[in-house]
Amino acid sequence: MFNSSLKELSALLSGRKTSSVELTQEFLKRIDAKNPELNAFITVDHDKSLAQARAADTLISAGKAQPLTGIPFAQKDIFCAKDWITTCGSRMLSNFVSPYDAHVIERFNAAGAVNLGKTNMDEFAMGSSNETSHYGPVRNPWDKKAVPGGSSGGSAAAVAARMAPAATGTDTGGSIRQPAALCGISGIKPTYGLVSRYGMIAFASSLDQGGPMAKSAEDLAWMLNLMVGFDARDSTSLDRPFEDYSRDLDLPLAGLRIGIPSEYFAQGLSSDVERVVLEAIRFYEKLGATVVDVSLPNTKLSIPVYYVLAPAEASSNLSRYDGVRYGYRSPEYSDLTEMYENSRAEGFGAEVKRRIMVGTYVLSHGYYDAYYIQAQKLRRLIARDFSESFEKCDVIMGPTSPSTAFDIGEKGDDPVQMYLSDIYTIAVNLAGLPGMSIPAGFGANGRPIGLQIIGNYFSEAKMLNVAHQYQKSTDWHRQMPSI
Amino acid sequence: MQWEVVIGLEVHAQLSTESKIFSGASTAFGAAPNAQACAVDIALPGVLPVLNRGAVECAIKFGLAVGAKVNRRSVFSRKNYFYPDLPKGYQISQFDLPVVSGGELVIFVDGAEKMVRLTRAHLEEDAGKSLHEDFHGKTGIDLNRAGTPLLEIVSEPDMRSSLEAVAYAKELHSLVRYLDICDGNMQEGSFRCDANVSVRRPGAPLGTRREIKNLNSFRFLQQAIEYEIQWQIDTLESGGKIHQATVLFDSDKGETRAMRSKEEAHDYRYFPDPDLLPLEISGEWMAEVRSRLPELPQAKRARYISAFGLSAYDAGVLTSSKELAAYFEEVAEIYPEPKACANWVMGEISGWLNKAGIDIHDCPISSRALAGLLIRIGDGTISGKIAKEVFEAMWNGEGGADDVIESRGFKQISDTGALEKIVDEIIEGNPSQVADYRAGRDKLFAFFVGQAMKATKGQANPAQLSEILKKKLAG
Repeated sequence: MFNSSLKELSALLSGRKTSSVELTQEFLKRIDAKNPELNAFITVDHDKSLAQARAADTLISAGKAQPLTGIPFAQKDIFCAKDWITTCGSRMLSNFVSPYDAHVIERFNAAGAVNLGKTNMDEFAMGSSNETSHYGPVRNPWDKKAVPGGSSGGSAAAVAARMAPAATGTDTGGSIRQPAALCGISGIKPTYGLVSRYGMIAFASSLDQGGPMAKSAEDLAWMLNLMVGFDARDSTSLDRPFEDYSRDLDLPLAGLRIGIPSEYFAQGLSSDVERVVLEAIRFYEKLGATVVDVSLPNTKLSIPVYYVLAPAEASSNLSRYDGVRYGYRSPEYSDLTEMYENSRAEGFGAEVKRRIMVGTYVLSHGYYDAYYIQAQKLRRLIARDFSESFEKCDVIMGPTSPSTAFDIGEKGDDPVQMYLSDIYTIAVNLAGLPGMSIPAGFGANGRPIGLQIIGNYFSEAKMLNVAHQYQKSTDWHRQMPSI
Repeated sequence: MQWEVVIGLEVHAQLSTESKIFSGASTAFGAAPNAQACAVDIALPGVLPVLNRGAVECAIKFGLAVGAKVNRRSVFSRKNYFYPDLPKGYQISQFDLPVVSGGELVIFVDGAEKMVRLTRAHLEEDAGKSLHEDFHGKTGIDLNRAGTPLLEIVSEPDMRSSLEAVAYAKELHSLVRYLDICDGNMQEGSFRCDANVSVRRPGAPLGTRREIKNLNSFRFLQQAIEYEIQWQIDTLESGGKIHQATVLFDSDKGETRAMRSKEEAHDYRYFPDPDLLPLEISGEWMAEVRSRLPELPQAKRARYISAFGLSAYDAGVLTSSKELAAYFEEVAEIYPEPKACANWVMGEISGWLNKAGIDIHDCPISSRALAGLLIRIGDGTISGKIAKEVFEAMWNGEGGADDVIESRGFKQISDTGALEKIVDEIIEGNPSQVADYRAGRDKLFAFFVGQAMKATKGQANPAQLSEILKKKLAG
């Protein structure tokens, strides 16, 4: 059951082979058993989850079930969920009980799904290893010495350890794809604007995008059908007709043109990862795909551009955490300025503070043109690289992350080394394109390796088709860590 | 040596939309603190702004009315600073690409016309309020006002005196009310002025300016500017220097003083708000708004002069507010003697309103009732003098003109027989005056008119009486 797909769970429920309450209890039991060592969840609430499960069972008995009714999902703790503590991985929101549901949570609730708990994450989604969480690091189920990646590390670890059938994540610079790769699961960041950001706590608004994390491409398609949709409360939400993301899963891949960017196989890529990714591409050729060389010459600029724009937006987005209306307020202060200073100094962790300072700096008078404006120009060049490439290919493939999961603490002192681990994922966010990662093998150290698939705008159905065809003939995605 | 004064105004007009500029919460004034602050207004984690098209429409109306360029594309930016009544830690405003650019406003000072150029007008959200009283040394925060839509209207430094500044502010105030985009209530803060004031020697480059913040009446605007001008001149003449500063006007003491320097050192770190798409205004939208624009003060003024034959002064007074103009036009429609209507509206009506301290829409005499009175003057039922008494009775609620004339027996005596009888009695009763008059003392005519009026309690038709008197006295 723990390895069942969403389709299989849905069939079990509709065939009355199990109930939502039973299913939820099984997963809660597994969370209780595994979470103390993995720390994938920040908040678990049996009563709330089981109440939803009972409601789902009532729907199922009444014949009013939808495909995902009764299935429990783990929710990244960046999504506001009514009456749940929603921390965003920060001390700042350690006492914040959300009075409202994010659009994504509303969608799951409306489908009769069960919220299994809120997953751990890097503080305010700022990090690539889950080590910046106020609630402690998440451990990689494949090797507890290793990080799970980040920022959606809790969701990735929860799915990899089969503590949840699937989970939600968010991806600002790789935060769905990189932890999916490092934990051996599948994850997709949709085209910017497809999943509403309403109620998804903002890190960098122009880059943030929610998406699903699951065991297979097929599960991702099922979840996208739920998560994608117009929301008038998000001005950047796209109003498009409904599409069934599972419609093309079974199409053959003959004639598929895969673009291989030379920049993704350059210095800094570990030999393990290179080997696994090239093997995967060769496998695609066997499935009838052809390989074309493409070039993304501005890839090297994506990290500096990202680390100007994302902190700039973050420095402003995080200004609301001032200790005035909700959240953490320092117990000690003698005037307003000190209240701000102490509350923010104590409420935010080091990485968040670093990015607020960088962002404040690049937006400052006299530096704005040199940093922010310049970065916006380069962002357009990076996007153009992709649009030129997509004239020659249907999807781009490459590594998700330059290496397998590193050890906890290994990059702790060197933020730049940490930032470089997102070199292959960040450009996709800057361009607003969809990107995904699927498991494609293991390194010599036994840690998983992900294949990144980048598509053109709104080509999610095609990307899922490409991933599903691979997963039909391979079993990397079915492998489970022994915990 | 002479000093030249240079003034520019920034006016914040609160737009009369039902809901806030980026949320669905109500903008109504006077609710219990924080009763009208929704999740977006209090900036909960994860909430996002959605632009209210009604507020944009107000800006379009304004832009069209002042002959400005309504920009097809404008951008909302974040102005970042920390303050307890600024929930997001930034204000959403417009910075380098405002919705309205340029434009001009004609003002009248001492009968002369002057053009004031506008720099721009942009949309932004208001902040909440910090309440420092009644909290025992703490500060209370009311976020009802947070997110209320504002149109900030910035003029060029084209005004040269406090009078011009006030004339400009009044003209703008009248315009936004004509356009129905702002209720203009200055006490409630719906129309707030900031004045940038500097002085210089004629012909010299602009002097350093100081900005007087948050002036919420025309009187304070004038007082503050006058005080500030004198202070700057005194400072310069005694060898001092003016430093750029933001100052507040203390209306009790009648003086301006600089705010703490801390607040001047702000770097607002403006950047485009990534939560909002650039504002695009289509040609169709603009044309649609244009088709619904009301007649504006300037056009109305011109029409009053050409169609009604009023003087420029009268036309100016009557069009100074939309409501007064509407009242006048209603009277003139029933009683088509525009000059007489104008005299009564500007004279008795305005005078009594002033005395009572009320606005035209609270006037106890409706436009229809005033027209009824004017008709009775016109048809000779009452004299102009009696009309003023009738007016007073109408004001005091004694009914319409005809009711008052009837109940008080004010009907003018135009019956020739009756008047002749009265005149005969007067001639008979005053033989010596009659003899003197007949001997050439013409001035005594007034005496006989007076006697006749006394005898008729002022109700004699004056023209008729005069004719009868002349005939009878001639013998």
